[in-house]
Amino acid sequence: MSIISTKKNWINLTIWVVIIALIIATPTFLPVFRLNLLGRYLSLAIVALGVDLIWGFTGMLSLGQGIFFALGGYCAAMFLQLNSSEGFPNGIPEFFGLYGIEKLPFFWEPFKNSIFTLISIWLLPAIIAGLLGYLVFRNRIKGVYFSILTQAALLVFFNFFNGQQKLINGTNGLKTDVTELFGQMVGSEIMQRGFFWLTAILVIFAWLFSRWIVRDRFGDILIGIRDDEPRVRFTGYNPVVFKTIIFSIAGGLAGISGALYTVQSGIVSPQFMTVPFSIEMVIWVAVGGRGTLLGAILGAVFINYAKSLVSEALPASWMFIQGGLFIFVVTALPEGVLGWIRRGGLKELLYLIGINKKLKTYPSLEVNEQGEVKS
Amino acid sequence: MNSPLLEIKQISVSFDGFLALNDLNLVMNEGDLRAVIGPNGAGKTTFLDVITGKVVPTKGDVMFKDKSLIGQKEYRIARKGIGRKFQSPRIFKNLSVQENLALSVSRPKTPFSLLINSLKVKQLDKIQHLMSIVNLQSKSNIKAGALSHGQKQWLEIAMLVGQDPDLLLVDEPVAGLTDEETDLTADLLKSLAGDHTILVIDHDMEFIRRLDCPVSVLHQGHILKEGSMSQIEKDPLVIEIYLGQSEEEV
Repeated sequence: MSIISTKKNWINLTIWVVIIALIIATPTFLPVFRLNLLGRYLSLAIVALGVDLIWGFTGMLSLGQGIFFALGGYCAAMFLQLNSSEGFPNGIPEFFGLYGIEKLPFFWEPFKNSIFTLISIWLLPAIIAGLLGYLVFRNRIKGVYFSILTQAALLVFFNFFNGQQKLINGTNGLKTDVTELFGQMVGSEIMQRGFFWLTAILVIFAWLFSRWIVRDRFGDILIGIRDDEPRVRFTGYNPVVFKTIIFSIAGGLAGISGALYTVQSGIVSPQFMTVPFSIEMVIWVAVGGRGTLLGAILGAVFINYAKSLVSEALPASWMFIQGGLFIFVVTALPEGVLGWIRRGGLKELLYLIGINKKLKTYPSLEVNEQGEVKS
Repeated sequence: MNSPLLEIKQISVSFDGFLALNDLNLVMNEGDLRAVIGPNGAGKTTFLDVITGKVVPTKGDVMFKDKSLIGQKEYRIARKGIGRKFQSPRIFKNLSVQENLALSVSRPKTPFSLLINSLKVKQLDKIQHLMSIVNLQSKSNIKAGALSHGQKQWLEIAMLVGQDPDLLLVDEPVAGLTDEETDLTADLLKSLAGDHTILVIDHDMEFIRRLDCPVSVLHQGHILKEGSMSQIEKDPLVIEIYLGQSEEEV
């Protein structure tokens, strides 16, 4: 027993060392353009983790994660714009001048503070998700109605942000790549490298955090809510509280993700709140493997990387490939690629093409053995 | 004289004018084992829905430990000590037997406690004990969805007992079970009575006979007759509405 676990520990340690070495080394062998893309896709992995928590584990399909993603992005962008607007008229961001605004709108004020900004990037989306979630869950709205409601909320936010030129530059969005941070241009190579490392580290932390949440009985309750919510209630748990908490956490993760994505793509705009983008988040998780945290990360990174590679080669074809991929996964691998592998799908495939031989076992015997060890 | 554990006072439930329950009265004392029988549509399940807070009655009151349950949320009623087993087994099919039971024995049932605290030795022992009662020790790490129908029924009963309820409401625990499993279930419920107060709903006569307890006959939303099984079986009215039918069928 102890030999197995020390061996497992060594494997784990090796994997972590390799991952960290890769993260440190990537900027040296990847051109800046590719590095920036990878950093963006890694930041999308964080929002995908949130989608996995609420949909993969708890069974609530939200089509409105773009709201929280964009909010995080706007928080970061507002701070950066304020941080570099000294040279502009009235000392406020340049775009205000276009609409004849001379005084900074009140809600911009606190974003002059870097600590406030760092907290609000995740706390603001988390609070809004919590409030929205509480109202929805308290009224026992679930299933398709929940999905439609979140999508409707997304559209409300999208239209509101689009229309507010005088407050947040409306449909043009807020640019960040020409703003300054620590005396450097945000869009500069050195800053982008820093953001890549920051993103990679935060992905790891977000994964560890999500794993901690689902690892034990809290995660079991989430799965219980997905499988049979009334049973959760009659066992003495209040599902509303659990759903609100997990929806709020997913909102917070989306905010962090949006902020990281914004600083690496150079702009935040209401485009972050379009319907297709929020649906794509669900597709990443579905393809990667819903209910597997690693699947969400890998799905987000690989699909997006494939998207940019395919779009470079065959500009018009990506949407077809993405649609086809989604249909293929839903029909053939309902648990996603990672879920399929974990269920022994690879062995099955090797067996089907005749490479591997199927093992004959008596599952019940194995089980009895386990039972004896356990009890 | 102790007051009764559960007192149902003149409950009526109306679904769009149809009276599912009509002036229903029932009293259960601590330690009682009681069976409620009745033909399909007599209101058996609605009756449990009212006690557990799923359905709000149009009229009447449900008193549990001298406090009214009307208007309380399901999870609060469950925490007060009323456990319910559903007609078809409802267990968390993607969790293992052990995980199912761990959720039922956890205290307190708050998100924070589930995240921070680990199960205490006492609770782990309890899980083992519950699995031994229903003979599922060897399946402790198997997903509950992979169990047989009878084992699912038993797991659900074990989950109920794990909640430490004062009152167990058991809805058709032997539906779809083999004769042998039915007998085992009856013995299990009998062994739980005494420490717990149990209300069983069923229409399997053999099973009720084996439980050997007072029986209430529910018909068209109210209690038609109460008494022992042998008394009930001889009652002409009961025979007419219920037993008579089933004898014809046989």
